[in-house]
Amino acid sequence: MRKLIRFTSVMALGLSCTISIASAAERITVVSFGGAYTNAQKKGSHEPFMEKTGVQILSEDYNGGLGKLRAQVESGSVTWDVVDLETSDVIRACDEGLIDTIDVNDLEPGTDGSAAADDFMPTAVKKCGIGAIVWSTVFAYDKTKLATAPHSIADFFDTNKYPGKRGMKRSPKVNLEMALMADGVAATDVYKVLSTPEGQTRAFNKLAQIKDQLVWWKSGAQAPQLLADGEVVMTTAYNGRIYNAVKNESKSFVIVWDGQVMDIDYWAIPAGAPNKARAQEFLVFATAPEQLARQSKFISYGPPRKTAAAMVDESMKKHIPTAPVNLTNALAADAEFWADYEDELNERFTAWLAN
Amino acid sequence: MNEMVARTDTLNTLTADAREFEGKALRAQLARSTRLEKAKALLLVLPLLLFIGVMFIFPLADMMLRSTDNGPVAELMPDTAARLLDWDQFTLPDEATYAALARDIQTAQKERTLGKIATRLNFELSGIRSLLTKSARKLAQMESSDESWKQRLVQIDQRWGELATWSAIKRVLPSVTATFYLSSLDLAYDAKGEVVRKPPERAIYVDNFIKTFAISLGVTLSCFILGFPVAYLLSVLPTAKANLLMICVLLPFWTSLLVRTTSWIALLQTHGIVNDLLVWLGILSEGNRLDMMYNMFGTVVAMTHILLPFMILPLFSVMKSIDPSFMRAATSLGASPFTAFIRVYLPQTKPGIAAGSLLVFILAIGYYITPALVGGRTGQMISNFIAYHMQQSLNWGLAAALAVILLIIVLILYWLFNRIIGIDKLKLG
Amino acid sequence: MALPIYATPFQRAWHYTFRFICGLVLLFLMAPILVIVPLSFNAEPYFSFTQGMLSLDSAAYSLRWYEDFFSNKMWLLAVKNSIYIGVASTCLATVLGTLAALGLSRQHMPYRGTIMGLLISPMIVPLIITAAGIYFFYARLGLAGNLWGLILAHTVLGTPFVVITVTATLSGFDISLIRAGLSLGASHSRIFFKVIMPLILPGVISGALFAFGTSFDEVVVVLFLSGAEQTTIPRQMWSGIREQISPTILAVATLLVALSILMLTTIELLRRRSERLRGQSPG
Repeated sequence: MRKLIRFTSVMALGLSCTISIASAAERITVVSFGGAYTNAQKKGSHEPFMEKTGVQILSEDYNGGLGKLRAQVESGSVTWDVVDLETSDVIRACDEGLIDTIDVNDLEPGTDGSAAADDFMPTAVKKCGIGAIVWSTVFAYDKTKLATAPHSIADFFDTNKYPGKRGMKRSPKVNLEMALMADGVAATDVYKVLSTPEGQTRAFNKLAQIKDQLVWWKSGAQAPQLLADGEVVMTTAYNGRIYNAVKNESKSFVIVWDGQVMDIDYWAIPAGAPNKARAQEFLVFATAPEQLARQSKFISYGPPRKTAAAMVDESMKKHIPTAPVNLTNALAADAEFWADYEDELNERFTAWLAN
Repeated sequence: MNEMVARTDTLNTLTADAREFEGKALRAQLARSTRLEKAKALLLVLPLLLFIGVMFIFPLADMMLRSTDNGPVAELMPDTAARLLDWDQFTLPDEATYAALARDIQTAQKERTLGKIATRLNFELSGIRSLLTKSARKLAQMESSDESWKQRLVQIDQRWGELATWSAIKRVLPSVTATFYLSSLDLAYDAKGEVVRKPPERAIYVDNFIKTFAISLGVTLSCFILGFPVAYLLSVLPTAKANLLMICVLLPFWTSLLVRTTSWIALLQTHGIVNDLLVWLGILSEGNRLDMMYNMFGTVVAMTHILLPFMILPLFSVMKSIDPSFMRAATSLGASPFTAFIRVYLPQTKPGIAAGSLLVFILAIGYYITPALVGGRTGQMISNFIAYHMQQSLNWGLAAALAVILLIIVLILYWLFNRIIGIDKLKLG
Repeated sequence: MALPIYATPFQRAWHYTFRFICGLVLLFLMAPILVIVPLSFNAEPYFSFTQGMLSLDSAAYSLRWYEDFFSNKMWLLAVKNSIYIGVASTCLATVLGTLAALGLSRQHMPYRGTIMGLLISPMIVPLIITAAGIYFFYARLGLAGNLWGLILAHTVLGTPFVVITVTATLSGFDISLIRAGLSLGASHSRIFFKVIMPLILPGVISGALFAFGTSFDEVVVVLFLSGAEQTTIPRQMWSGIREQISPTILAVATLLVALSILMLTTIELLRRRSERLRGQSPG
């Protein structure tokens, strides 16, 4: 036993030394959605930032939502320095004081010298978050496994014409909008309809039509995985993930842009972030035009500022959500709607799933 | 010190009236030494007891308190709270209350606390979040006018003219609430403040508690059906062979839970090994692969696999101690092997059955990881809802209330286990 | 269990059917663990056997997932953290648990049942409840988001195993051995180290192994309490299963199976040693 104790204490000592050495370098934790998207962010921003400043970036994955962030802030043990948030989450987190305000004047100007406030898309600059990408939820299929190609969002909900399982994100967001569009609601009316109890019921009923055929995914990487494994014949997915599967894993997936739901992702800094100054530095660096443009080389998300968008490769331009050819029937997610209705629709969705 | 006192004591008593006091003194001495022994024993246990108390019991109790904690609305809307204190709940509040509400909303918007208020209120009455944020936005845009606050607010949203909204606000003002317990039993307050059932499309938890029970029962039963023959075989085989087969029971027991769950995914998914095998054998056609993963079936299979050793081991140790001559005696007295088994053998295995079943059931009912990974939509258990409310919906009060209910169930079973089997009889490995 | 010569055909049939059923159950227990071992050498990123693997084509097998594991920074950090947390919490749990077991096994222990019940409870309370409670409380103490929180939490979860195994070893303990030692003039400390310790050591070590195994496999508390920097092997596996199913997980799983075989062997040897020391026949 004494030997065992000596052995373990030596080991513990050794380990604690290595750990303390490892943590000697300055480190910030940057949280994002993982997989291909985080990889693009790493190449676009993390790596150049580490090279420039010598600060280590520890990349953590999450699946969106404010749960973890709020738990950290309210319990007073914040470990995140920078976090990638969806629009409705930026608004809510800001309302609740979970993230710090950011001054747009601190940001890098456009490459043409224009002020950041003018260079960014107006919706991409929020009180507490700065836009990083324009992304979209689309649906996709594997063309080697489907005899006839689906063309519209209605086809996604049509299990008679296209039998087989469907993948969807386990969340009411986007799904309800798609359900309404598939049910014949025009993109411009979707949120008007969804604000009414009848409209919500209509959307849930449309989803219920394919409930037995639905497989739910939680993280962005799961959707292409479901398609690749043959678990589903069609799935909704973030457009960049499908692009990545086609480009880097030579899958024969096809994106259907009809009924796409566009959104913006923002970089934000949690209130009480442990390395606030460095976090701020990273945020400014990552939202500069060069980084945003570089990132778009690796994944098909568009930069939300003009001078960066101008630098996107020609070959990539048609793959980003805002390309004119992709916009024939597109919906821009209404973040305020979701900031307001998320709780009640989540509750209803959870009950709907369980029953 | 004690010893010295004891010695002088003894001396004193002896010099006084030897016989009379000797007995008493001895008894006292005995009692003292027992006390000392007790103290020594307690002293050895004390460090762990303190550690468990501070690092485990206290945090649990602290979390439990959240199930009745009403949250910060009363502090964040002080004016409204003061006005609503003696509101009768039968008629709409007066103009001063409406004014106070408008004031509070505007302040909260400025201080960035409106989100907190809205979140808490929304647990009370679904939809208040959008009502509050909408009102805050409209109030900010509104120009001063002659209209009363009541008129203005009702104009923004007619729900401000409904009793249900106001009674929901009044309910979150006291420091203690029953809302979360009601919610976890699928009950809610109606507009009049009476407790009613939630509409069926919103009721989840009672059904889920039943489902959790059913899954645990199913897992316990399948563990028993699979475990009993194996435990029996192990108990009657010669030691060397039994030891070899025991490895098949113990290796899974020692293997990481996540490893086992992973391998079940590899085995049972649509394009997994079992389906591939069935298709290859021609039992299934390519298009008719079975759904065995990401549903209740997958949960039950994986949980049975994980908990089976907990059934086999107690059964085995009881069966090992059963004298085989009883069975021989029964059969030689003319009982058929079947009757002998039912009437003679089975009753003797009862302690093992009780221990195994209770242990498996207790462990199953609080399972989280396996259902979360392989449960899909239909295989979710109550622990998964606790985790959901902890991490996603952030309804910590409801999470705590569900946790308290689950904990009470588990503790009752634990008490039963302790009562019937005795926790010190629990053997590992 | 050997079939007697006079067995009827029915008994004979039942005998073999019964063994067949048991065989199936044992297969059910072992198959999942064995099946992942070959899969971890799959050259393709799939969770199932490829044609090449089935025809034993050596090109269908590769070590790429092991390479992936050993070259991935997050996995290595996870291994380091898991070992660190495991070792530290096991040491704490073993010391606290052994002391408590010694106390609980004393003749004059007051409230034994209640205290035992309390000390074992971390094993019984559903992990999700423990994790939730610990999360709120530890966060306030500044123990969330660093290794100390995890070490203390895993100590809590590990102590019941030590208490149980050591108490079990002590239950067969012959008190006259101590009296014999005392009558031969040995000091209390000498008796502890020369008589008690060797006898309970197998129990202590197997308890420690259980505690280590618990910590090494625990994910729920880690999910609540840890940030990316405190990631552990189970946490990496968890997010791997939920998010990006890559066969790297299978490689890790295979390594963990090897580890569990090692632990199982140790426990088994200890059990035999303990029984020999206590004069019982090896079971």
